[in-house]
Amino acid sequence: MSRTLYQKLVDSHCVLRLDEEHVLLYADLHIMNEYTSPQAFAGLRERGAPVRRPWQNVAVVDHIIPTHPLKQRVILDEASALQASNLARNCELHGIALFDTNDPLQGIEHVIAPELGMIRPGMVVLCGDSHTTTHGAFGALGFGIGTSEVEHVLATQTLVHRVAKNMRIRVDGRLSVGCTAKDQVLHIIASIGAQGARGYVVEFTGEAVAALSVEARMTICNMAVEAGARSALIAPDDKTLDYVSTRAVDLKRHLPRAVELWRDLCSDPDARFDAEHHFDASEVSPRVTWGTSPDQSIRIDERVPDPAAAVTPQQRDAAIRALRYIGLEPGASLQGLAIDRVFIGSCTNARIEDLREVAKVARGRKVDPRVRAMVVPGSGAVRDQAEAEGIAAELIAAGFEWRQPGCSMCLAMNDDVLRPGERCASTTNRNFEGRQGRAGRTHLMSPAMAAAAAVAGCITDVRRLERADER
Amino acid sequence: MSGKHTIAGVAAALPIANLDTDQIMPKQFLRGIDKAGLDRGVLYDLRFDGEGRPRYDFILNRAEYADCRILVAGENFGCGSSREHAVWGLLQFGIRAVIAPSFGEIFHSNAMNNALLLVAVSQADVDRFTRDVEQPASNRIEIDVDHLQVRSRTHDVKFTMSARHRAMFLEGQDLIGASLVHAAAIAEFERKHWDRQPWLQSIGAVVRARKS
Ligand code: SF4
Repeated sequence: MSRTLYQKLVDSHCVLRLDEEHVLLYADLHIMNEYTSPQAFAGLRERGAPVRRPWQNVAVVDHIIPTHPLKQRVILDEASALQASNLARNCELHGIALFDTNDPLQGIEHVIAPELGMIRPGMVVLCGDSHTTTHGAFGALGFGIGTSEVEHVLATQTLVHRVAKNMRIRVDGRLSVGCTAKDQVLHIIASIGAQGARGYVVEFTGEAVAALSVEARMTICNMAVEAGARSALIAPDDKTLDYVSTRAVDLKRHLPRAVELWRDLCSDPDARFDAEHHFDASEVSPRVTWGTSPDQSIRIDERVPDPAAAVTPQQRDAAIRALRYIGLEPGASLQGLAIDRVFIGSCTNARIEDLREVAKVARGRKVDPRVRAMVVPGSGAVRDQAEAEGIAAELIAAGFEWRQPGCSMCLAMNDDVLRPGERCASTTNRNFEGRQGRAGRTHLMSPAMAAAAAVAGCITDVRRLERADER
Repeated sequence: MSGKHTIAGVAAALPIANLDTDQIMPKQFLRGIDKAGLDRGVLYDLRFDGEGRPRYDFILNRAEYADCRILVAGENFGCGSSREHAVWGLLQFGIRAVIAPSFGEIFHSNAMNNALLLVAVSQADVDRFTRDVEQPASNRIEIDVDHLQVRSRTHDVKFTMSARHRAMFLEGQDLIGASLVHAAAIAEFERKHWDRQPWLQSIGAVVRARKS
């Protein structure tokens, strides 16, 4: 029988079927952080159960960590310091690999896992974090899980998984100049809605997806969860193979066999999808969110929609509420909207390619003096590479703060926080009320657009800057 | 007539679509290593202003809703972050059930794992319940889990729940214990799995060892 890629991955990881809807799914890799794992370890201790397969687990300190430019980092907040030391103790106790506060390879969990070669096509990855969908870029099935499930994985190396429906999102055509994977995925989310993929695992296909780099594919899969998707997938190809084989050096001796198996990691031609969407990449423009849900975005040349034009009363109420929070009127233009902060970072857009885009815009320009702009690389390795490539020096010269890696102002659990009313151009994934700080106003956009906002002092169309370059 | 397993009590309407877990439990309450004290954080920025003073116009701060046990919420309730703290906090706050047209997926699993009852009914049904409970005089709702029925003053509707989730709710199953029963099957799976794909074994340890 024909199967989708998702079905193949469920089949190859199904320890047993529990009932009509649920399977016991084996987890090849379980990634933990300091804030969603403590109660799971505590539960395990109470139960007196061991960690079943410590070596299939890794942990990283990323969410609460300060990003001050100091090489040696100290977590001053007492509760956060306790979370970090508690994680270290738990890892030590159970023999779990840890990337601790001052480890040169520390970084955001979803950035370091692929970068260090932990993510391989055909595997199942779990993590107590919703953006685990990122790893779908490798044809790996990633699920965000809660802390009870973290405990379940520690004890059994499995997850009780409710089998999802299959959705295919096909993107043909080509992105035009100045448009990125971030614009593409914001476009898709705006079109299908914040719960448009709820109940589904989404497979992205089509020539526009094939044309993307592996890093750009991670941006797409990362944000699939903002459309409610349970997970996201992209079938592996030569680019994937190249990325993985250069990073996972232990793979070398298995490579021929692995490649043979990976060739089957795609949906069969006549596999049935429960839902399908079609997009044309050439219709994508740079996009910016105007509201407080990731599906509330418009093209940079569009105007803020009028809630009165909303399709459902729920959408109308949501739009009214969002506009009140974000401080915008219907019909307003986002171009020229003054900003106070720029945040370039997060597991969505803090990899080396993203920073190269930022540097391209920043080169020879200055951050507007009214703006405070931070660049928080996704990992120590990204930071090192950016320094080696001279990107860091360029960004510093342009007036950006060059920080240590971590989640930082993506969720603002450390001291990188928006003050009430501050408006921020952000490369992150969530513009929720209060996400980056109480009463802070977040506008999601691509790294290039955020860099353009930094130098312009307001939200602007990066393509205009690029045109100015050509003159 | 109500069954043995009934949640009844004051319900409050929160007709907000996509009410995410960042709002249900803001970041500053996620710094613990246990589950204590999360009731303080529930819907914090809706309940309190910037100075920490209660917003008296917010529904959960009104005297008539002080004993709220049920929320009547908007679509995609609990979307966003996986933080289970949102569910722990709601339970500590006294909430036993949430009625909404739909729920975020990870939130849904988290709720089931903690016996917070989620009742999914149509938007039209939610609207009817909302209208009733917005009046303090008719703000009680009864959810009968035996008969899978929700009832407010003027409205009555059936809902569905998978057998598994119903059992989890009614019997409070020990999921880990239940899965550990299959330890032999897991071991057998691992043997075959690693035989076929040896590069998936011990990834964490292998990568860590190589890099340090
Ligand atoms: S960068 Fe943001 S989205 Fe990514 S793991 Fe950290 S907090 Fe979550």
